[in-house]
Amino acid sequence: MKRLLFAATLFLAFPWAMDALGHGFYVSFASRLMIYAIAATSLNLVLGYGGMVSFGHAAFVGTGAYVASILLVEELTSAWLGWPLAIAAAALAAWVIGALSLRTRGVYFIMITLAFAQMAYYLVNSMKAYGGDEGLTLPRRAQLGLGLDTANETVFYYVVLALLALVLYLLHRLSRARFGRVIGAIRDNETRAEAVGIPVFRYKLACFVIAGAAAGLAGALLASHGRYVNPGVLHWTQSGTLMVMVILGGVGRLWGGVIGAFVLLGLEHLIADYPVAWIAALLPNYQQHSALGVGIVLLAIVLFAPQGIAGLLARNRNAAP
Amino acid sequence: MLLLSAVAKRFGGVLATDGVSLEVAAGEVHALIGPNGAGKTTLVNLISGGLAVDQGDILFEGRKVTHLSQHARVLSGLARSYQITSIFRSFSVLENLALAVQARSGTSFSFWRPVERERFLFEEASSIAAEVGLEEKEESLAATLAHGEQRALEVGLALATAPRLVLLDEPMAGMGPEESQRMVRLIERIRARVSVLLVEHDMDAVFRLADRISVLVNGRILATGKPEEIRANAEVRRAYLGDEVAA
Amino acid sequence: MSWILIVEQLLNGLQFGLMLFLLAAGLTLVFGIMDMINLAHGSLYMLGAFLAAWFVQLTGSFIAGVLLAIPATAALGMLLELTLLRKLYARDHLSQVLATFALILILNEAVRLVWGSDASLPLPMALSGPVELLPGLFYPAYRLLIIGVGLAVAVFLYLLILKTRIGMLVRAGASNREMALAMGVNIPGLFTVVFGIGAALCAVAGALLAPLFAVQVGMGENILILAFVVVVIGGIGSIRGALVGSLVVGIVDTIGRAFLPIAFGAFLPPQFASAAGPAIASVAIYLLMAIVLFFRPQGLFPARG
Repeated sequence: MKRLLFAATLFLAFPWAMDALGHGFYVSFASRLMIYAIAATSLNLVLGYGGMVSFGHAAFVGTGAYVASILLVEELTSAWLGWPLAIAAAALAAWVIGALSLRTRGVYFIMITLAFAQMAYYLVNSMKAYGGDEGLTLPRRAQLGLGLDTANETVFYYVVLALLALVLYLLHRLSRARFGRVIGAIRDNETRAEAVGIPVFRYKLACFVIAGAAAGLAGALLASHGRYVNPGVLHWTQSGTLMVMVILGGVGRLWGGVIGAFVLLGLEHLIADYPVAWIAALLPNYQQHSALGVGIVLLAIVLFAPQGIAGLLARNRNAAP
Repeated sequence: MLLLSAVAKRFGGVLATDGVSLEVAAGEVHALIGPNGAGKTTLVNLISGGLAVDQGDILFEGRKVTHLSQHARVLSGLARSYQITSIFRSFSVLENLALAVQARSGTSFSFWRPVERERFLFEEASSIAAEVGLEEKEESLAATLAHGEQRALEVGLALATAPRLVLLDEPMAGMGPEESQRMVRLIERIRARVSVLLVEHDMDAVFRLADRISVLVNGRILATGKPEEIRANAEVRRAYLGDEVAA
Repeated sequence: MSWILIVEQLLNGLQFGLMLFLLAAGLTLVFGIMDMINLAHGSLYMLGAFLAAWFVQLTGSFIAGVLLAIPATAALGMLLELTLLRKLYARDHLSQVLATFALILILNEAVRLVWGSDASLPLPMALSGPVELLPGLFYPAYRLLIIGVGLAVAVFLYLLILKTRIGMLVRAGASNREMALAMGVNIPGLFTVVFGIGAALCAVAGALLAPLFAVQVGMGENILILAFVVVVIGGIGSIRGALVGSLVVGIVDTIGRAFLPIAFGAFLPPQFASAAGPAIASVAIYLLMAIVLFFRPQGLFPARG
């Protein structure tokens, strides 16, 4: 509880602190981190809690992003319209893809979700009317009214923060409710779950759809944040990046998505923008090869710390005599 | 209670179940015995719904369940336990059982209310835990249980679904004599309210518990009858019992 | 639409399909026998292409360059297997996905560090012209070479898998790994050999396709997905499935890209046709995979059960 209050204070005070220090840019950067935290948390629900290795999650982020973007381009700028529609569209996509994919298991499931994501990618790529492979620049961010100017970085930061907190809280309640138990049971032993009377397919699909909806929200926010969207958002390597965040942060742990997004994107930013002399001496241009570092860290985690960072923290807390 | 009518199942070239007709009366303990590879587990899978029949029909309490999904059969009162222990290893004993209770008490499309608040689920689970002798181990993680305790939980999970007929697939698998005795006593306790189809190799237990015995050899029922009849049956002795130590 | 165009596209499809087969064959064996998802398989293809480009540059000979790249890639593949991938066999699929994804990142950057983001492997002079197969039907000589090599490798694999002792071990491992282990098959050694063969096949494909496509970092990822689609369609663990799957995918993809836009243009207004045609062509293969999985979830020729 104390840690929660500490984190909350940190998050709430952040923009004020950054402005005071003259680092206003970081407020926008932090918003981006939080948006990815929402996306990673949504994947955590399906992957960590639900045990479904979906390699096409970027398709739902992308669906949300594009629906939100298209509305903005067509001058329908209200977030109260755009964001719910983005969520609904992503949920619908998740319903269709889930209903087809969840009939398969194991490796086939991974492959078919991957394939569906690629389909979405190519479809979006060919939408010349909305930018095609060059992407779409948006005239403005979605508007909230109520005296909140989303063009203001600080305002947008708090909006995203509120939504992230909401998503985390909903996940927290869900995981402790009946639904969370059933999903956990299915992840633990799907055959037995069916054999004690749980209609497994139904619950997996529901989990998939809920996660897709949350991913759609992240996508809508992403589009507004950068006022730009392109098909790359749907590429399967983006799904991979989200998976990296989840495993980095801790599969199946509440803060896993948040920690993973922050650490991964934070690290990338640090490597790219802050040269370290001795590394540069060994490897000139190392900053352009940050993916190498990410790869090595990811590999190390998979091999030596599969519970991710949240797992390590939990273990340390429990291990203390 | 349970009626199988000319049930057949083929795997590629192998006829694992060959026109099996079987009947379990209400209130009886009906044992299914046979040599390894006879197709006993396949039959259990067909009855429970884990496998689809190729031919024939399965009726449960007069109702045709041949094409009913596994979870629907469970909800109508037909449960099973597994020969190879299949429990929820990352949950505690109590949580394991509560899950089964949860599955039969209302929808789990409930996203808000913490499960802990539902006293009923855990009280039911606790009484099942006591029934299978795990009252001391309620809070223990299923993965940490000893083999015999896991087998007990295995049966407990089937019982927690409030079945009217339970398929026990070698519940005594891998158990020593003392644990087997406990399992036998458990089955004696539950027979009053649950019909049982018991698949077992342990002949002592079979002859002690069974009202009737069916012998399955090569996917076909060789004989069905009271224990004394089966023991005296020459064909059965030749095919199967001859290898076992007669009780 | 002339029949020459159709035959040409069919040959292109055949050529593409055979190269896909080289990748899919290695992938399906690793899947089937080691039960491992290896996303870095495409990186071996990339390595093969870069190594070939490098060796061709060093030796000045196309043939020497390609031939050197094959054992070099196989060796690197086996090294990878011995040091790293071995540790993943016992792990769950998610861990394998993440670890091999990490490997893609690492290998991409490593290649970039050594050779830069691109390389070039020019078409060998001797094969740069067309061949007249039938009166009026001209087809590039180089592509014919690819078809030839692809067919030769297919036959070689067929003989290897069905007629040799190693092949028998591979088939046993693919259809029932536990049984093969119980019967004393030297599983670790077999795995390394299988992996080496897979890497060699990737190198052949990478080196041969290099003059036709761009040799660049990231080329592995695009073809990897297609290889997975082939494996899923054909059935995990089955070489025959991989061959059938690759030919189907290769031909559907090529014909689709060539003719769907035209077909759409025939009865849709131009602004729809120009968008819909390429879009549907791109997704045609994935639709195919979805359909196959719907009716036959184990693929067309599953090695197991």
